[in-house]
Order: sequence, then structure tokens, then C-alpha cells
Amino acid sequence: MARVGVFICWCGANIASTVDMETVTEAAAKLPHVVYATNYKYMCSDPGQKTIVDAALEHKLDGIVVAACSPRMHEPTFRAVAAEAGINPYRMQMANIREQCSWVHSDVDEATAKAVDAVRMMVARVAQSLALEPIKVPVTKRALVIGGGIAGIQAALDVADGGVETILVERTPSIGGKMAGLDETFPTLDCSQCILTPKMVDASRSELIKLYTYCEVEKVDGAVGNFKVTIRKKAKYVNTELCNGCGDCWHKCPYKKIPSEFDFGVGNRTAIYVPFPQAVPNIPVIDRETCVFFKTGKCRACEKACLRGAIDFEQEDQFEEVEVGAIIAATGYDLLDHTQMGEFRYGAIPDVITGLQFERMSSASGPTEGKILRPSNGEEPKVVVFVHCVGSRDEDYKEYCSKICCMYNAKHAVILKHRIHDARAYLFYIDVRAAGKGYEEFWKRACVEEDAEYLRGRVSRVYDEGGKVIVEGQDTLSGEQVEVAADLVVLATAIVPAKGSAELARILGISTDKDGFFNEAHPKLRPVDTATGGIFLAGCCQAPKDIPESVAQGSAAASKVLGLLSKEDITREPTVAVADPLICTGCWNCVNVCPFGAPEKSEITITVDGKKVTRAVSKITEAKCEGCGLCVATCPGNCIDQRGFSDDQVYAEIGGYLERVRAAKNSD
Amino acid sequence: MTKAEKQKEPEKAPQWEPNIVGFLCNWCSYAGADLAGTSRIPYPCDVRIIRVPCSGRVDPLMILRAFREGADGVLVSGCHPGDCHYIEGNYYARRKFIALKQLLDHVGIDPRRFRVSWVSASEGRKWANVVEAVTRDLLEVGPFRYEEDGDD
Repeated sequence: MARVGVFICWCGANIASTVDMETVTEAAAKLPHVVYATNYKYMCSDPGQKTIVDAALEHKLDGIVVAACSPRMHEPTFRAVAAEAGINPYRMQMANIREQCSWVHSDVDEATAKAVDAVRMMVARVAQSLALEPIKVPVTKRALVIGGGIAGIQAALDVADGGVETILVERTPSIGGKMAGLDETFPTLDCSQCILTPKMVDASRSELIKLYTYCEVEKVDGAVGNFKVTIRKKAKYVNTELCNGCGDCWHKCPYKKIPSEFDFGVGNRTAIYVPFPQAVPNIPVIDRETCVFFKTGKCRACEKACLRGAIDFEQEDQFEEVEVGAIIAATGYDLLDHTQMGEFRYGAIPDVITGLQFERMSSASGPTEGKILRPSNGEEPKVVVFVHCVGSRDEDYKEYCSKICCMYNAKHAVILKHRIHDARAYLFYIDVRAAGKGYEEFWKRACVEEDAEYLRGRVSRVYDEGGKVIVEGQDTLSGEQVEVAADLVVLATAIVPAKGSAELARILGISTDKDGFFNEAHPKLRPVDTATGGIFLAGCCQAPKDIPESVAQGSAAASKVLGLLSKEDITREPTVAVADPLICTGCWNCVNVCPFGAPEKSEITITVDGKKVTRAVSKITEAKCEGCGLCVATCPGNCIDQRGFSDDQVYAEIGGYLERVRAAKNSD
Repeated sequence: MTKAEKQKEPEKAPQWEPNIVGFLCNWCSYAGADLAGTSRIPYPCDVRIIRVPCSGRVDPLMILRAFREGADGVLVSGCHPGDCHYIEGNYYARRKFIALKQLLDHVGIDPRRFRVSWVSASEGRKWANVVEAVTRDLLEVGPFRYEEDGDD
């Protein structure tokens, strides 16, 4: 028999006003295994904790049930108390008699009966609970950051600053991300490039940061503390050792009309290219899809131009395996595909552009050298309509708010006025959301000082007529229909997770929300962690964010990584699955269902009738097991069990409750 | 609790109240049930909750065991499909439970005694509604006797 103590908490009046403390205590004292039961006003308080420790010593307890609030609230507290009392923390169980009892039931008899049942169940569970020790795993002191935008750069810089080697993987030819393409930033109008490019250079110069540009994460194995990551190094067709970034190759490339991805099609690039002049590293890549040599076998203009012999058409994708202890995903965003949203006529009318295209035009280093021009005829626009919430806050597309559009629309209106003094900006909005430091002041400035005309209402129709883009909508404040004959229409299109996010989520073993953004472990208290140990989030891959928030989350993720990697070993919850190789039949159901790859096909050699026999069996890697128990419930041979959530523990809970029910039924 | 809220609580069945075992996923429904508590949303008193790491941890045998030991109803509540904390445990759970429902029918246990619901950590109200619905259904179906309606 176990020696269990039951400690029932009043939680002031929170529990005691609905659950009769004496009845529960008397009932608990009569239960099998229970050698001591008491109640106290606040079990979590200092004297309450002392009550538990003293009783544990006095009555030689080897298990504890605390009937109080939810274990989600105070399980760590009482586990620590158990440890202090010399009892294995995993032989402490909480009966939830507050959140799931006293707070939802008002009848004292009913609530008390339910509380007694909860105690019965937990006493039965404790009696079946094994003493467990947290699992210790040694840590690989290296970090991986996926995505070289501002969030990823900041994270990499901060991790490196903490003295930990960092691998920064970026799938495009340069780090910098979306921020590198922006013009001025709200609300201070400081130049995006001027504040970003020094950070990009810092990242490339840091001895502890290894840049893997034009690379993608192909595969992730292992678990927190010890991931094995396979990186695909896409062929650049340029020998990075020899190239000095002089630019002779791309100047000689005969194909200059390829729409630039970096410029969102506003400018063009060559087939061998660096995405923008300040690229880091300043080394070009050949785009196999558009290079004429790869299509016809002729050209080699770049090869002839390169005096250093750096062009190498024979290159192939290479794979490198790296070991890291922690991973930060910072893969950013893309804009919602406009082909879904025909009503705004994006793509059909050349003078309908996105906010990001506007950025490239207004950027001094962009394809138009900072001139805002109509794509249709290259003239300066005099009337520009900015449309808020294109695809955001719209049940037909994305229900959520993209968060940054209100501010960049205001910024665009200001920039427009600065560049073209006689231009007029009209902004169709639903609400202006300007909740940031200096944001409210900024959009008001756009309104008052820069003469931007805010029209509260949705756009109903966009069409071209007589060289103008006619935007119809309703001004819901005046109640009137509005029609603006615009030269340029700028859409504040919804932010969506970057292309390939779903695939990366699968590779990393992390979950996404209904919109495809990566899920944080807790929306309030763990906004940087994912539910998968050792994997953290930064920037827009988690939800739409502006630059300061992305930077903050990048630093936060870095500090989480540094905290994790500062330890020699890490401890994990021991509630993992364990397979018995002597029962396993090698059906591989566990291997097939496990989302984390914890069970693996393995072999054991046993002696049967004096002969050695080798059998294929499943072996579960503790470090990879996240403790979901799926394999346990799936194993047809009952050869897998889960520590801390064992079949015996669950059956004990069922039995602890239903024993009472059966007794009551039989006495009917 | 105000008087008005007290009056809203369903009236007690005069003779019999169902005994229901609820298996709740730690990450969603268990937290949702906690939220019903912190939001003081009243619901019937008939479910006894067992916390499990994932609805995928629930072995159909556990449900059968509950019936054998005298439960009148069993409820499993997990994360919404697509939202599993462990990526896809609830999908496997869902498939198993569809098969289990047919088995229950086959062995003479009214399938209405077994219910699966998806309640997220933010759905305290939904949790209360689920318990009300389960209780209501079971009041209609009546008490379960293993020997009588399970083993004839």
C-alpha cells in the first residue's frame, strides 16, 4: 500500500463556500492508501506548504494529493513542495476542485460529491504513479536561424552576441528580407536601408555567424538540445571563393528584362544577379529558370566577362548536415495572392499596385530612384487612392487584421506629399488602428499636416476609364457614395505567412493556426516558444508585426535560445513513451503514427530455446518523444506505455470514480 | 454568483443523474474547462474529468473499460482538427472513435452514450454547452447497466 496524504485547499472562500471541506476531508481519510488528510485555507501559501512538508515527514508519506485549483495553475508549486518533503514530484497529483468544480457548480451537495470523486480518482492515480526523474540530455551549443529578414538577423546577432555560434539560413541570394526593400519607416521616417544595412554587415562580419544564403532547410531530425538539420545549398553557379562581387557578369548578361522578385516586378534584373546593390553577401547567383545558357546551351556571356573565372555552370545543389541545439524560425510573410481578389483589378489595371511596390518606387535605391510613377505611362500621379484592408478583416478572405497597413498607408500618404507636392492622397479605411509608440500622432499628422483625405468605408468597385482608375466606395461617415478618379491605386494587401511555411512547419514539427501562421506555445505567456521544445519564433511567421515588434521578438527568441544553450544538460518532462522489446511484434504502427519520429525500427537479439534470434522491434528515443501518447493508444500489442500517463494510472482514475458509482448502483 | 445565474442552472433530475467519464486533452479542452471555471459559466455536475496529454492518448479500451465499470456515458474532448498540440493526434483519435461508435452499436451499447467534442482552450462557453448536451442526451437514454443492456 502506498502512503498518501490528502491536502484540501479552501482557496479562501473560492472553494470552501461551495465544497464542504470537512466532508471531503473525512471521505478522503477513509480512502485506501490514505494515511492522512487535512484542509487549510490557502494550501499554496507558505504555512500551507509547510503543513504538507511537516505532514509528509510525520506520516512518512510517499504520495501526495492536493485538492485545490487547476494543475495548470499550481502543479509546479506543489511538485516543488513534494520534492522538499522528500517525495518524488511525479507522485504528487492535483485534484481540480476549483476551476472544474466550485466555480461552476452552486449546489453544495453536488459540488462536494464531485470534489470527493476528484480526490478518490487522484488518490487511486497516485497509488499507481511511478517515481520519475526528469530526463537529462546534453546540449549542442549552436543555434540555427531560418530566415534572414530583420527578425532573423536580430535573433542571429543577439545569439552570437551571447557567444554562441549561429547558422543563418536564407533562401534568397541576400539577407535583409522585406525590410531591405522598404523606403522610409513609420513613424519616424528614418530610412529603412540606413538602419538595416549596418546590421546586415554586422551579421556577415561576425565570426560566430555563418551565413547560408540561397539555402533552404530540407530536413530536421532530433529534438531540443540536439537537432540534426539538413541544409540544401542551392547551386549559385558562381564560385563564392573566387567571386569578388565586381558586377562585370551581370552587366554583360544580355537578358535584362526579367521582373525582379526583390522589386516586386517594379524593376527588372538580369539572369545572373544580386537582388539589390547593398546585398549581403554581394555575390550573384544565376537563376537557372531564366538563364538562356541553361535553356539553349549557348551564351556564357557572364563566364567570358568574369576575369576571376568564378562562373561555374557545372555546380549542383549540395546538402550539408549541421547539428544545433535550438532553432529560431523567422520566415516572415508574403502578400495575399491577388488572383483571389478580382474586384481590386490588380494585374488587370497596371496603375493598381501593392504597398510593397509603392515602397520600391519611393525607395531612393529602387528601380525608379525614388520617383513615384504611374506604371502605365511613367508620369507622376496627382491623385492616389490607398485602399486599407485589402483581403484583411474580410470574412471572404482573411478575418484577421494585418496590423501594419494603417501605418504604412499613412506613411505612403506622407511620402507622396513629400515627393509630389501637389498630389492628393485618398485613403479608404475601415478603422485606423494606430496602437504603437508615436503611431497615433503620425497618422494624425498625415491627416492634418499632409492633407491626406481619409474616407471611412470599403471600396466597392475599381475600373479604368479614360486613362484614370475610377475607385468607387462609400463614405460611411457622410453616408454618401464617393467616386475618385485616381492616377494610381495602392492596395494594402493582407499579410500571409511566407510561401513554403506549411512545408517548413511540417519539417520542424510545429503547428500552424487556421491562417497558416506558426503557433506559439501559449498566446500570452509563451509567445516566442513553440509547442515543440527548442524551436522558437520571431517576426511575421507567427503573426503580422511591424519592425520594432519583429526586432523585439527576434531578441526575445535569441534570449530563449541563449537560456537553453547556457546549460550543459537540459531536462525534459519524463512523461515519455517506453516500448517493451520483448512484446513488440514489429508492426511499425508506432513508427507510422508518431509525428516526431521518436519510435524507430531497431533490432534485438534474444535467446530462444538456446538459439540466438534477432527480431525487428521498435525502439523509442526518449529525447525525441514529446509525450503525446499516440503510439501508446495505437500499439495493438499493448507493448508501449507512457510514463506519468500510464494505462494503469488512467484505469486507476476510472476505477477510483466508478467504484463509488457501482457501489451506489448496487445499493439501489 | 448572482441569483439570476443560479436560476439559469438546469434543474436537477429528480431520481437519477448520469455518471459520465470525460477524457480531456491537457492542451485544449482541459484548459477550456478551466476557463469555464474562471469565467464562472455554470454547467451540470455529472462529468468527472480525466486529464490526458492528447485525445490521441485515449485508447478505445479505456472507453470500454469505463462502460464496463459502470459509466452511463463517456466523453472525449480534444483540440479542433488541425489544431493538435502534437500536430495530428486528434486526427488519429477521430478515426478510432468513428470505428468505436460502430462497435458500441454492435455490442449493444447505445452510441449516444459516447460523444467526441472539440473544445479549444479559449472555448469555456463551448465546454459548458458540451456538458449540457451530453447530460441531456444521457437523461434521455437512461442509466446503463452492463449486465442488462451490454451483455444480453
